[in-house]
Amino acid sequence: MINNFEKIWKKAQLEWKAFNSLKRPRILIGSATCGRAAGALKVLAAFNKELRSRSIDADIYEVGCFGTCYAEPVVEIGLPDGRRVMYGNVDEKMAVELVKDFIGKGNAKPNLALAACGDISIDGIPALNDLTMIRQQTRIVLRNAGIIDPTNVYHYIAREGYSSFLKALQMAPEEIIEVVKRSGLRGRGGAGFPTGKKWEFARGTRSAIKYVICNADEGDPGAFMDRAVLESDPHLVLEGLAIAAYAVGAEHGIVYIRAEYPLAIERLQRAIGQMKELGLIGKNILGSAFNLDIVIKEGAGAFVCGEETALIASIEGRRGMPRPRPPFPANSGLHGKPTVINNVETLANVPGILNKGAEWFAKYGTENSRGTKTFALAGKIRHTGLIEVPMGITIEKIVYDIGGGIPNDKKFKAVQTGGPSGGCLPAELIGLKVDYEELTKAGSIMGSGGMIVMDEDSCMVDIARYFLEFTHGESCGKCAPCRVGSQHLFRMLTEIAEGKASSEYPDKLEKLSRTIASGSLCALGQTLPNPVLSILRYFRNEFEEHINKKKCPYCLKSMLGRKRHTDRVRS
Amino acid sequence: MKNKKKSSPKVAKRSIDAVLKKYRRDRDSLIPILQGTQRKNGYISKEAVNEISDYLDISENEIYGVATFYTQFRFQRPGDHIIKLCQGTACHVRGGKLIEDEVARYLGINTGETTPDYRFSLEGVACFGSCALSPVVVVDDKVYGRMTPQKVKEILEKIKKD
Repeated sequence: MINNFEKIWKKAQLEWKAFNSLKRPRILIGSATCGRAAGALKVLAAFNKELRSRSIDADIYEVGCFGTCYAEPVVEIGLPDGRRVMYGNVDEKMAVELVKDFIGKGNAKPNLALAACGDISIDGIPALNDLTMIRQQTRIVLRNAGIIDPTNVYHYIAREGYSSFLKALQMAPEEIIEVVKRSGLRGRGGAGFPTGKKWEFARGTRSAIKYVICNADEGDPGAFMDRAVLESDPHLVLEGLAIAAYAVGAEHGIVYIRAEYPLAIERLQRAIGQMKELGLIGKNILGSAFNLDIVIKEGAGAFVCGEETALIASIEGRRGMPRPRPPFPANSGLHGKPTVINNVETLANVPGILNKGAEWFAKYGTENSRGTKTFALAGKIRHTGLIEVPMGITIEKIVYDIGGGIPNDKKFKAVQTGGPSGGCLPAELIGLKVDYEELTKAGSIMGSGGMIVMDEDSCMVDIARYFLEFTHGESCGKCAPCRVGSQHLFRMLTEIAEGKASSEYPDKLEKLSRTIASGSLCALGQTLPNPVLSILRYFRNEFEEHINKKKCPYCLKSMLGRKRHTDRVRS
Repeated sequence: MKNKKKSSPKVAKRSIDAVLKKYRRDRDSLIPILQGTQRKNGYISKEAVNEISDYLDISENEIYGVATFYTQFRFQRPGDHIIKLCQGTACHVRGGKLIEDEVARYLGINTGETTPDYRFSLEGVACFGSCALSPVVVVDDKVYGRMTPQKVKEILEKIKKD
């Protein structure tokens, strides 16, 4: 088996060496979806045109998302003299300048540069690893993002790619499950269930057919970690999925991905094709007795399908409505067979754990929340983007050190975690250590990793109403407390926002919230009151201002132009 | 580049035989078939549901029950240009509503509607996952970040001229 892989591994080393040799100038352009949204493809065309017009031979590659989304489009230029410099907010004009001055004349243009790649400053440009946004990160899941060409499997292999899968194929499945259990890895989709335990349940259920599903439905508005990983390093996730399948005894792998991520789907399709070519999927993989096939299933626009049993219903061609558990999918899931469903980030952690060991992983994080977590930083923050930090880091470090603080000198007001199932944490909790238990105690949840920062101009009543607008529309309708209750919550929040509520509304909101939470079958209904409850807990005064004074200083700003929102509400 | 009128009534009534042939005749194929149908014809027509019903041996009632659950599917012919507004949290916090109101005003339709001349459709999407570049607007599957009401208007004006 090792022999079968030896040739592939050697080729990978050569390709990766050639990629980094810098015999000619090399330009890397971050063109994941966020880069493209910022105009990366226009910048790519501008570089091509300018290089051609000057007859300069250079190599241009599209890479994934490095995480510095606030500075997109981000470009790295490397010269044969060994200097590699990163530039941010690159436009077509800057592309022309950089070709002329840096590639053409060796002037790195420090005033335009974001950072010098690596640990050492170049020409007065700060080193990348010294940037506050980068320095405090621990990049395990994001180790290849923005560095490799995500469409080149050999880049992945050269950086220890598939070495973990190879190792796994030579271990007993029970051994692998023990390692994952000892690592303390918990589901990164939001529920935080111990991954090793889930695999153990499925392993222990006898069935000729079993499934492993990668949940790439990432429905939380404000979350884009999974999209970024899939676009920047798809093989990392697929390797994790393959190891999970082997450990559990499944021969069928599925990636369930939301249709709103076309580039990620394309990258996955290509990566699966490459796995087939290299014999990493198929029958008797690399000479072992293990068979595996992986297919992609697209979601069709339903937030509830991020929930395991609703996801299964969707794959089975039915309405995405959850069903009671037990039985849990690990015992009886897709078509009644044992099914393990893991989030993208959960699977992306597996290769590292198997390669470097459970103890290596467990040394990061806190006692009950081991490892790292990716977060999608967005909203009113300077450094919007994708980060990966050890569990247990404080909100203060994330917002101020890594995030660069609030733009326009505004005051930090709150940070929302966990998407529509989570809560808002006020400025007083800035010292809170981010881990599963601490966030739950404070009235929020970890969720999948979305982190939206709000400043002094944000109206918390508007935020609560916004989340209910989302979740009441996404309720599948099965359970009356969720279906009907969420509509009432939304109605009441709208009346409060418009100054049409009376003084008993806050108590009514609280009572109804607790009824919905306890009367709902699935996590959508159980958690949809969280934004309301947490905002009532920390920002009750804003509700009272709207009710008693019939106005709010923040709403005047955030409701600008929303003449028609009442029409929308009525319809 | 002129956009093909792939969603004209004649086209939508075109048989989806080519789509059906790619899939096994079982329930698991229903949603992929619906997705393939919409990719080909722009929306799910009554005629298409009829064909799917025959192919999978599932009642039309049941098919509509599944299709209407998912926000991706349209049941009416869309405009030639589809504008999708991101309604995610980050886009909301950074002024997404202002953009929605401006686009609705400019086109003279509400979110979820199509202009009478079938040139434009306006849809809301929960989140595109480009939150760091909020507010985000997607026009004809091209993602635009850091939008303002003015910038979106310029994009639409350019399309109107072409």
